[in-house]
Amino acid sequence: MIKSLADLEKVASEGERRIHPPHLKVMVGAATCGIASGAKDVIHAVEETLKQFGNGAASARTGCIGMCYEEPLMDILKPGWPRITYSHVKPEQVAEILSAVKEGKVVKEGLLGKIEEIEDYTRNTRYRYPLENVPPEIAAVENLFGLEFTAKQQHIAMRNCGIIDPESIEEYIARGGYRGLYRVLTEMKPDEVIDMVDASGLRGRGGGGFGTGRKWRYCKAAEGYRYVICNADEGDPGAYMDRSLLEGDPHSILEGMLIGAFAIGSQQGYVYVRAEYPLAVKRLEKAIDDARVHGLLGSDIFGTGFNFDLRIVKGGGAFVCGESTALMASIEGKPGEPRAKYVHTVEKGLWNQPTTLNNVETWANVPVIAVRGAEWFASIGNPESTGTKIFSLVGKVNRAGLVEVPMGITLREIIYDIGGGIPEGKKFKAVQTGGPSGGCIPANLLDLEVDFDRLWEAGSMMGSGGMIVMDSETCMVDVAKFFTEFLKDESCGKCVPCREGLSQTHEILKRITEGEGQESDLDLLEELGKAMQDSSLCALGGSAPNPVLSTLRFFRDEYLEHIKNKRCPAGVCTALINFEINENCTGCTLCVRNCPVDAITGERKQVHVIDQDACIKCGVCLDVCKFDAVTRNTRNTHSGGKSQ
Amino acid sequence: MDQLKGLVSENAYTILNEVEEKRASLIAALQELQVRYRYLPEAAMRQVAARLRIPVAQVYHVATFYSAFSLKPKGKHIINVCLGTACHVKGASLIMDRFKRDLGVEQDETTRDGQFTLQGVRCVGCCSIAPAVMIDEETHAHVRQDKVPEIIKKYRPSSPVTPVRHPPEPSPSSQTSGKPGK
Amino acid sequence: MSHADWEGQAKFTIDGREVVGYKGETILEVARREGFDIPTLCYHEALEPYAACRLCLVEVTTGRRTKLVTSCIYEVAPDIEVKTSTERVIRNRKAVLELLLARAPDASLIQKLAREYGIEKSRYPLVLNDKCILCGLCVRACHEIIGASAIGFIDRGTERHVGPPIERLSERCIGCGTCVYICPTAAITLKDVSKPMPGVHKHPYDYEAPDCSICGEMNLESESKVGEK
Repeated sequence: MIKSLADLEKVASEGERRIHPPHLKVMVGAATCGIASGAKDVIHAVEETLKQFGNGAASARTGCIGMCYEEPLMDILKPGWPRITYSHVKPEQVAEILSAVKEGKVVKEGLLGKIEEIEDYTRNTRYRYPLENVPPEIAAVENLFGLEFTAKQQHIAMRNCGIIDPESIEEYIARGGYRGLYRVLTEMKPDEVIDMVDASGLRGRGGGGFGTGRKWRYCKAAEGYRYVICNADEGDPGAYMDRSLLEGDPHSILEGMLIGAFAIGSQQGYVYVRAEYPLAVKRLEKAIDDARVHGLLGSDIFGTGFNFDLRIVKGGGAFVCGESTALMASIEGKPGEPRAKYVHTVEKGLWNQPTTLNNVETWANVPVIAVRGAEWFASIGNPESTGTKIFSLVGKVNRAGLVEVPMGITLREIIYDIGGGIPEGKKFKAVQTGGPSGGCIPANLLDLEVDFDRLWEAGSMMGSGGMIVMDSETCMVDVAKFFTEFLKDESCGKCVPCREGLSQTHEILKRITEGEGQESDLDLLEELGKAMQDSSLCALGGSAPNPVLSTLRFFRDEYLEHIKNKRCPAGVCTALINFEINENCTGCTLCVRNCPVDAITGERKQVHVIDQDACIKCGVCLDVCKFDAVTRNTRNTHSGGKSQ
Repeated sequence: MDQLKGLVSENAYTILNEVEEKRASLIAALQELQVRYRYLPEAAMRQVAARLRIPVAQVYHVATFYSAFSLKPKGKHIINVCLGTACHVKGASLIMDRFKRDLGVEQDETTRDGQFTLQGVRCVGCCSIAPAVMIDEETHAHVRQDKVPEIIKKYRPSSPVTPVRHPPEPSPSSQTSGKPGK
Repeated sequence: MSHADWEGQAKFTIDGREVVGYKGETILEVARREGFDIPTLCYHEALEPYAACRLCLVEVTTGRRTKLVTSCIYEVAPDIEVKTSTERVIRNRKAVLELLLARAPDASLIQKLAREYGIEKSRYPLVLNDKCILCGLCVRACHEIIGASAIGFIDRGTERHVGPPIERLSERCIGCGTCVYICPTAAITLKDVSKPMPGVHKHPYDYEAPDCSICGEMNLESESKVGEK
């Protein structure tokens, strides 16, 4: 049981020994994406190798440091050396790499970087690895935090991701964990905590960007049995920072909620988490159990008389539950329908009681603010959008991953400096931010500073921080159709403009992508979109037309190409394109063997032919051809009609 | 605590919360049933409704509202082709089409042998390794159309179920056998 | 949230005329009492407001802010200015009606309302052709007034529809016909099947009535409806 600062320090020193043990330690990034990239087999190989080494060698799983493009990642900590990181590790390399390290040697292949010191944002210190007898190969390798991908980043919310074992409360405490809670409970009054969070300028990371301190103040002023909720129903397709935080540092979220609960006077909290994130649920459950065992959840926390407990509610798979009133309805065991009331949830939320709901990333920032103070946090980022924001930089970008940067950085810096630009030298076309409620930002706005208000002005929004990079092979009409289809399925279906409007928008977009559109459709889409924004019941419906309106605003020409010239310039809309085999064909029959519908005929060493009527335009032939012999026509040269 | 200035005492709130949480357990109860039966049998839904004193109509609304629930038995393996944004721009719909063709089912259908249910899922949060496919709780990264048959094969029980029918092969190394850690 | 800090009566204006409302009343309630015309499809005075049809939208000015609000749930407050037929209000009502007309082109109430707002034909394609507009009056009346909850909503998004649970006859239906009576678009019909059957709901919009458990007879007519021919 932890009851005092001394208790906390005792656990911390135990955690410190686990993070930096006096013997060899190997860590493998084991978040969902790491595991999917093969981390499990690597872990297995590490365990097998270390078993042979004996004497104190240990392996550990960590969360995701954000370098998803380099997964699987393996970190090696050897006393006297800096921490070194290997990328794209294959199980069969593990024994060789580790054996070399054991003997003080280095395998250079796959060595990505080293870490000589790690920032501890919570306690404002740096951990420096004691160095002696460092081999020259390691001395020469680049600093992991100095790579193009990492140099402009600042990991505050992600402070422990990839550093600690997320299933160890000791390691969290060793990195300054639960110090914020201790400080708040023993030194501050609830109102002072609210003032502090208010002054920090922290705004909700889930989408709306509402001031966190203001929200807490309203909630505290309302009478009733107050609740705090963590919205971990990360529904925006293309965003996964919440999953990563839950999988990489679950205690930071618990601590944030504890601080918030103390500030508003709540004893019961809920974490509403997507059932599609099984690993996140598992790690969260473990964290809650450990916190209870250590007396950090439950009654009389730190001997101050403050009681608080938490429960996990697994979502049922409905995007609309990201909307706060729908989420609360879902916790109450009802369908996730936004409710029809003009009373804010801070006054009447869960079971009609005052409720404070913040998202995962928001909560994860709170403990650091509690230790470092409002001024420090407010000094990061832009004046109106303080602190950092995690973005999931994905899509057509060279270095895909999670990126935590100070607010106010430009899109260009994120996509080109950090992300390394567009693969295969293709042209950047747009970046989609804000999930299905957001919009597509075109190339001429690349120097836009990324914060809540600038993105809003550009017709998009911050949302939860998804950034999907699109290149010349992404069709913007198709993207608009994609989001509309998504929302059509995910709308709760209660109010007319959202339900019927999405259905009609989808219908119109479908006919445009099939070459059946008319020019007047574009005005109709705009008119309908504006009406949906104005008259829908909840925020989902109100923002549902954004993908259509923003692509119409910036990419109207592309719509017109589909309508007037029956052409899809990106070569995506299957009804408007076709594939042909050109004279480069060597007759290798690779495409013949790979065509899923046997639409390609041809003898060995003779130019093959695609049967246009049978072709389903899946493009496998183009993908597998090694001789550039398959052409994708952006206009269907075979006017025989549609094949499906 | 000074913040509970209302008429209802803290203890009364605790009691009321218990009553309310009873209804709230509906979704968790259905989730449990879904895991056990791979769908929600009608009789089970009726029992849940009776126990929680919720009209069956409302239980049915919840059961059809959330995509986690199914009214038809699902297959042994659930194939979730991620259709999130990052996967979409990297060709997820083509991957879905390939699964449909190779399994001979449409989306949300189950193969006749009861092995696979094919579903689309709206982002599994693995956008950096798009296109992603989640089968049961295992995520497959960078899936390509031509890799689909291989993936399906991994889960097909054509390989030995009982060692009796399939004696161990005499070959020294088993390169293509199942990966460890499953 | 300032509109909560008052007691008793509130004086405010609707379309420039001064009216009085009481704490807890909605704009729609006061407006209807005072004779203002605000169209609704999902509202019924005997039921909890539902805010789904979006026809009752009005513009409200509080202080310097003007916004579009849902009058069936927006509670009155002193000194607000309500406008029931501004250009923005009309534009949005028209949009809603045009969408509904594309969904339920055969519902005469929708035809009539659309015509009142100058819409003869919807520009949208017919995707569904369903008389049910999902106003939820039947579901809510069955639950809130009758207490039977024999029908409910099923599914979500564009798949949402109304029906008995498991899409079969509901044993909780008492054959009262309230759903038929309250349906504004005559999407629900009642049949006298005169068979000993425990329930009546066979199909979402085609309900069969059992023999009355008291007198053994039942004969409900459903075609003549308010708002219908």
